[in-house]
Amino acid sequence: MSILIDESTRVMIQGLGRDGSFHAEQMKNYGTNIVAGVHPGKGGSSIHGFPVFNTASRAARETGAECTVIFVPAPFAADAILAGANAGVGLVVAVTEGIPVLDMSKIVRELKELGTCLAGPNCPGLISPDKSKVGIMPGGIFKKGPVGVISRSGTLTYEVVNQLSCAGYGQSTAIGMGGDPVVGMKYNDYLELFEEDGETELVVIVGEIGGTDEQDAADFVKERISKPVVGYVVGRSAPPGKRMGHAGAIISGTDSTVEAKVAFLREKGIPVADTVEQIVDLVGDGLGGRN
Amino acid sequence: MKLEEFQAKILFREYGIPVPDGTMVNTSEEARSAAEEIGCPVVIKAQVQAGGRGKAGGVKLAKTPAEAYMAANAILGMDIKGFIVERLLVDPAVSIAGEYYVGITFDRRKKMPVMMASASGGVDIEKVAAETPEQIFFGEINPERGLRSFEAKQLAFQLFADKKKALATASVMMKLWDCFHGVDASLVEINPLAELEDGSIIALDAKIVLDDNAMFKHPIMEEMRLPTTSEQKELDARSHGLSYVQLDGNIGCMVNGAGLALATMDLIKHLGGTPANFLDIGGSSSPQKVIHAMELLVSDSNVKAVFINVFGGITRCDDVANGLVAALQEIKTDIPLVIRLAGTNEEEGIRILSDFGITALKDMTEGAREAIRLAGEGGDS
Repeated sequence: MSILIDESTRVMIQGLGRDGSFHAEQMKNYGTNIVAGVHPGKGGSSIHGFPVFNTASRAARETGAECTVIFVPAPFAADAILAGANAGVGLVVAVTEGIPVLDMSKIVRELKELGTCLAGPNCPGLISPDKSKVGIMPGGIFKKGPVGVISRSGTLTYEVVNQLSCAGYGQSTAIGMGGDPVVGMKYNDYLELFEEDGETELVVIVGEIGGTDEQDAADFVKERISKPVVGYVVGRSAPPGKRMGHAGAIISGTDSTVEAKVAFLREKGIPVADTVEQIVDLVGDGLGGRN
Repeated sequence: MKLEEFQAKILFREYGIPVPDGTMVNTSEEARSAAEEIGCPVVIKAQVQAGGRGKAGGVKLAKTPAEAYMAANAILGMDIKGFIVERLLVDPAVSIAGEYYVGITFDRRKKMPVMMASASGGVDIEKVAAETPEQIFFGEINPERGLRSFEAKQLAFQLFADKKKALATASVMMKLWDCFHGVDASLVEINPLAELEDGSIIALDAKIVLDDNAMFKHPIMEEMRLPTTSEQKELDARSHGLSYVQLDGNIGCMVNGAGLALATMDLIKHLGGTPANFLDIGGSSSPQKVIHAMELLVSDSNVKAVFINVFGGITRCDDVANGLVAALQEIKTDIPLVIRLAGTNEEEGIRILSDFGITALKDMTEGAREAIRLAGEGGDS
C-alpha cells in the first residue's frame, strides 16, 4: 500500500505548456497512469499518447480521472484548481508557484466543501515509489520501502530521500506539501493517512522556519500517531522578517523559529535531527535496525 | 513587499480610513515648509520599514517650523535597525485620548484572514500577544463573504462601550478589510488607532505588507517600491530569477531550492562556519543564471569562500556543470570554490568540472567542511 496515489490512480494534467508537457512525459515514463491532459485550445489533440481536452470537466467526465496535477501559470492557476475540483476529482496537486494567498484562502474553503483533497500549491507533488508519481520529483532517487516522508520543500526532500535510499531505507509515499502560507493538506492530514497505511512503518517530517505547522504536527503525533516519527527543521540562520525563498518561510514571531520548533517537537517525544545525515541514523533507530 | 507609513496612509485614504493630513518630505527645508503649511505643532516621523522608530529617536514633535527644520535635520540620515532614513512624514500633531490596535493578517492554521483588535494600542502588539494575550480579540473573516457589519461591531464593542466610538471603529474595520482585500495584502495594521479628545477615531500609524504573489494583479503597486541598498541587491537578484538574502557571514552559498539552501546554511553553522547569504538559484540551470549568482556572491567583500551545493533532480548536474564552467570563464576570482554535485547525471557533471580543473565533491557535509576550512585560511592571510 501507500497513501493517496498508487499504480491504479487515474491522473490528468492541467496546463500542457513547456513544464507541463515535460513533466507529463517524465510521469508517464515513471509509470503513472495518465489518462488525460487539459489545455484550452488543444482539445482533440493528443500528447505522449493520452488525449487532451479543452476543459477539466470534459476530461474528467470522459476519462474518469481521479486526480489532477496543476502546471497552469500563477495568474490562471487559482481558477484551474477550482475547475479540477469541480470536475469531480478527489485529489488536486498544485505544483504552480506564486498563487496569491487571498485566492488560496478562498479555494481551500471551496475544496473542503467539495470534499476534494489539495496538495500544494508551490509543491513538488507526491510519489509512491515504483507505483506512481504526480508532480516533478526525480523518480530515480526514490526506493520502495517503509518510510513515509512529508516535507515543506522540494530539493531538500530529494536530499533527504536520496540519503535514506542510499542507506537502504525506502519510502512508501513522499510528499512535498508546499512552501506557501496557505496550503491544502498539512502534516496532520498526511500523518493520519500514514497511520492507517499498512506499508508505512515510520514517518519523517521535514520542516522549516515560518508558521507553527511543525508544532501542530507534534501535538497530533503525541495524541494520534502510534508509529515512530522523526523530525528535521531548517532555517537556523534566517533573520526575522525576511522571506527565505518560500513565501511561508518568514520568521514572524518567536514560535516560528527553528529553535522553538525543535524544542517543541522534542518535548512531545519526537527525535529531531540536526543534519540530513542524522535523519538516516534516527530512521535506523526508529525502525529498530530493519530496512 | 512592505510599504512605508506614508504610502500605507495614501492607500488608507483611498479606502476612506481617516488619517492625519500629512506630507512626505525629503529634506529639512521641505519639512519646515510643510510645518508652515500644515500648522504647528507637527510630528516629524522617519519613514523606514522597521518598527520601534519612536524608541530609536525617529519620531519628534515640533512646535514651530524652525523646530521642524531641526528635528528633520536630526532624523534624516539616522540609522534605524540598519535602515538609513531618507524620507520623513510631517503630520499635524493631535491630542490623543486613547490608543487602540486593529490589524488583519492570515491565520495559517485556519487558512483564512483574521482581524485582531486590542485596547492596548501604541505598543508592540507581539509583546501584548506574548504577555497579555487576553487583551487581544480575534475575529475570523470568511474571505468570500468579507467582514460583515455585525462582525465588525462585535469586535468594536469589545474596545468601546460608547456607541458612537464603537460604530466609528467598526466603520474603520470594514474599510480596513476592503483595503486588505482590495490590494491583496498579507498584513494591514493600524497601531495606534487613536481616539482623539473630540471623540473622533483616526489612524495615526499605518502598516501594509503586500502579498508578493499577487503583484501581477496590481502592477501599479510596483511603483511604490522604495528599496533600501540591501534590498536593491535582492531585487536585482530576483529579476534574474534568483532568490537572495544577504547575511553577515563569510561563506557564500549557492544552492538549488529554498529548503536545501536553508539546510546548507544550517550545516555550515552546525560545523562552526558562518553563511554569508541565502541564495536559491531555483530549478533552472542556465549558464546566465549561474553567472549572475556568482557575480552576486563575489560582490560581497565578506565572502572568503564559496560553497555551491546542487542536488540534481529535474535540474541535471551536467547542465549545472556547463553553467559553472561558463561562469568561471567569465568571472575571474581568487575566492576559493567548493562544489558539490549529486543526483541526476552527477558522474557527467563531475567529469565536465574535472576537465576544467575543478574537483567536485559528492557529499554535502564534506563540501561544507572544506568551505569552512578555506574560509578560515582566507581570514588568516
